[in-house]
Amino acid sequence: MTPLLTSSSLQVRYGPVEAVRGVDFEIGEGEIVAFLGANGAGKSSTLNALVGLVPVAGGKVAFAGKDITDAPAETLAPAGITLVPEGRRVFGTLSVADNLKMGVYAIRDKERIAAAWDRVYSLFPILFERREQFAGTLSGGQQQMLAIGRALMCEPRLLLLDEPSLGLAPKIVDQVFELMETLRRQGVTLGVVEQNVARSLEIADRVYVLAGGRIATQGSAAELATSGQVQNVYLGGE
Amino acid sequence: MEILLQQTVNAFALGGTYALLALGLAIVFSIMGLINFAHGELMTIGGYVLMYCGLAGLPFALTVGLAILSTTLAAMLMERIAFRPVRNASGATMLITSFAVSMILQVLFQNFISVRSQPVLLPQLLSDSVRVGGFIIGVNKLLAIAATVVMLVFLDWFMKHQKTGIAMRAAAEDFAVARLMGIRANSVIAGAFALSGLLAGVAAVLWVSQRASVDPLMGFTPVLKAFIAAILGGLGSLRGAVAGGFALGFIEIYLAAFLPAAWQEFRDPIGLGIVVGVLLLRPNGLIPAASLKAQKV
Repeated sequence: MTPLLTSSSLQVRYGPVEAVRGVDFEIGEGEIVAFLGANGAGKSSTLNALVGLVPVAGGKVAFAGKDITDAPAETLAPAGITLVPEGRRVFGTLSVADNLKMGVYAIRDKERIAAAWDRVYSLFPILFERREQFAGTLSGGQQQMLAIGRALMCEPRLLLLDEPSLGLAPKIVDQVFELMETLRRQGVTLGVVEQNVARSLEIADRVYVLAGGRIATQGSAAELATSGQVQNVYLGGE
Repeated sequence: MEILLQQTVNAFALGGTYALLALGLAIVFSIMGLINFAHGELMTIGGYVLMYCGLAGLPFALTVGLAILSTTLAAMLMERIAFRPVRNASGATMLITSFAVSMILQVLFQNFISVRSQPVLLPQLLSDSVRVGGFIIGVNKLLAIAATVVMLVFLDWFMKHQKTGIAMRAAAEDFAVARLMGIRANSVIAGAFALSGLLAGVAAVLWVSQRASVDPLMGFTPVLKAFIAAILGGLGSLRGAVAGGFALGFIEIYLAAFLPAAWQEFRDPIGLGIVVGVLLLRPNGLIPAASLKAQKV
C-alpha cells in the first residue's frame, strides 16, 4: 500500500479548545478509509484541516509526497484533493450547472473539462435533468449528489466526504454508499467521516475511531466489525 | 400629471445613481463583509479626473473613459494596499480601515488639489433639454437613466454568464466552499473591487454632470445615501441594492416635489422615517441576501 495522504501528529485548535490532539493516519491509494467516533471527537475538524478550511495548529500533512500542511484551500483542488463538506453546502442561488462549473473552476484543459461534465452527468442523470434549476430548490438527496458531483468535477485523486449520509432518506443513504463503492472502482481514493457505523464498516477497507481528539482504535474494517471495539469507544467503555 | 411624469424621470435618474453606488458597496460587502466607506472617495477621484481632463481639453468621451478607468484602478489599489492586510480581521476593523482610507484621501485632495469646490467643464449638450411628448427632460437626466440601464444589464450578464461573475456569486454565498473549488480568494476580491470601482466611476460621471463641480468631500453624501439604499434593499444582496437605490431616489424626489412647503424642512427625517418603517416590516431589507438565508439553515 502506498500512502496517498499521510498525517502525522495533526493538531487543530479553536482558540483555547483543542479539537484534534495529534492524530497519525494514512490513506492509501485506492482505499476507502472511514473515520468514526462520537460527536465532537474531532473527525470533521481533521478533514477540514486536511483541505485548509481550518488552520493546522501542529503536525504535518503530506499528499502524494508533497507537504500540504499550510497549503491554502484554493490550491488543493487543482492538486487533486477535495472535500464534500458536511451539510452539502451547495450554492443555493446558482443553477445546478453553475454549481458544477464552479467545481471545474481551477481546470483550464478543455478536454478534461468536457470529460468531467460527461462523467458527472452520467453518474447523476438527475443533475443533467435539473441543470437549469437553482440548487437551493433540489431535495436533500439531490443536493448531496450535486455536492459530490461538484467535487468530482476537478477529478480528485482523493475525495474526502464529511457525513455524506447525514439527514438523508434510507433509500438515498443506500445510493450514497453504493456511489462510494462505484467511485473506488473508478480509482478514486476516499476518506469518509460517517455516523452510520454499520454501513461504513461494510464498505471501508480501514477504519480510524476517534475519541476526544485522539485516535482510540484503528484497524481493518473486517477486524473491527467483529471485535466490537468500535461500539466500546462510542459507549465510553474499554 | 405633467409634474408627476417629470419628477418620475428625475427619480429614475437620481435612484439610478444611488443604485450604481449601492451595488458597488453590496458587491464588496457580499464577498468580504466590508462596508467600504471610502467608496465615496473613488467617486471624488473620478470627479477630479473629469476636471483635469476637461482643463486639458480632451474630448468628453475620452474624459469619461479615463475617469471610469481611474476609479476602477483606484479601487483595486485600495484593496491591495489597505484592505488585503485586514481581510481576515473583524468587520469593525475593516470598517475603521475604510474610514481611515476615506479621511486620508480627503486630506490629500484638500492639500494637493484644493479645499474649495472646483468647476468641471462639461459639454454644452449635457445642460440642454429635449422635448419628449409635451414635457421637457434634461439631457443629463436621460443619459443618467441610459447609463444606469446599460450598467445594470452589463452587470446582470456578467454575474450570470461569466465564469468570474458566477464565482463571485458563489463566493458571496459560501466563501470557504468556493475556495475548496479552487476559486482564488485574491482574484475574486480584486474582481469585486474592480467592479465596485467601475460602478463608482460611472456614478461619479453622472453625479458631476448634474452639478458641474467637484470638491474633496463630494463623495460623502451620495455614498451615505447609497449605504442607506443598500440596507433598505438588504445588505449584501445585489438585487436589493438596485431596488433600495431606486426606492430611495423615488422617496427623496417625490418628497421634495410633493411635500407641502411648510413641511419641506422635515424632508430628510420623513424620508429616513419611511426607510425605518420599511425595515421594521422587513428587517433584512426588501430583497435579503442569500447568505443570510444560508446561515439560518
